[in-house]
Amino acid sequence: MGLIAIGAGICMGLAALGVGIGQGIVANGAMHGMSRQPEIMGKLLVNMILAMAIMETALVFGLIISIILLGKM
Amino acid sequence: MNLNELGARIIVYFGSSGKFFLSESTCYAIILAVILAVVGIWLGSNLQAVPKGKQVLVELFVGWIYKFTEENLGKEFARSFAPYFGTLILWLVCANSLGLIGIRPITADVSITAGLAALSFVLIQYNAIRHLGIGGRLSEMRDPFSFMIIMDIISDLTFPVTLALRLFGNIFGGMIVVDLWLNLMSTISATFCPVPILRCVTVIPLNLFFDMFEPVIQGYIFTVLTAINLRRGMEGTSPETLERRRKSKEKRLAKHQAKQLEQAG
Repeated sequence: MGLIAIGAGICMGLAALGVGIGQGIVANGAMHGMSRQPEIMGKLLVNMILAMAIMETALVFGLIISIILLGKM
Repeated sequence: MNLNELGARIIVYFGSSGKFFLSESTCYAIILAVILAVVGIWLGSNLQAVPKGKQVLVELFVGWIYKFTEENLGKEFARSFAPYFGTLILWLVCANSLGLIGIRPITADVSITAGLAALSFVLIQYNAIRHLGIGGRLSEMRDPFSFMIIMDIISDLTFPVTLALRLFGNIFGGMIVVDLWLNLMSTISATFCPVPILRCVTVIPLNLFFDMFEPVIQGYIFTVLTAINLRRGMEGTSPETLERRRKSKEKRLAKHQAKQLEQAG
């Protein structure tokens, strides 16, 4: 039972770690693009948020799995 | 924690077996659809050449939807698919942000999002096959190389699953966070006051993010992904691949003819 709780915690933590790094890379690229070409800022912002939200799916899968794990306790 | 408490409440049972029922989310979904339809008919009535009042707002939204569809689907298909995408995004944004008025968000139920994703899947496959024909669809699926058909089948089949789980997970997660925060606030305020007074204002920042920002983003993403995949399905084989296939076929024919000539001579 304790192991399940630890597993849920690790699942969330690792998912957040990966997604955080990935979103950082996306934001990095978008910021570079914006500073080079400020006139396409609006378009870049929309695409950046879109890419980030798609990436967040992995985090959400982690969340669902940890909720299922917690339900088994 | 009990998983059964997290699902949508069941309101109506049909029959005695208890296998057929209507859950909270389904009822709210139907009610929301009816409300949106009535509001839409009211907004679309009595239109004038010079827009005034409510018509300005409606024209803004409709114009944006047509522009959005044209950007994502191309000029050819924009007019026929814009009404569908407009309905989808409007319904999704309203359904996701029902937490604002204290109702469980409709899309925090995996059945609803799975139904929507199945709708998108059927739309994409049906339109791709109707537009290209079965042969064209197969040729498009093995676009640069023939073994890519495996990848294409896998990506086509996982698309509705990820679409459903993304929407469900984001809205469900937001709902849980808001609920946990409300529980914490009522526990804290119970220590000094019989009325859960801390719950009233402190939740507003969370509502702003999880019930206003996230719904718009998730509704937009659902619509945009459907549109992009629809376009990819209807686009057909790329010209470079067609050219390459034609050339290799010609080469094979030439070789065959040369062999036949050799045998004859």
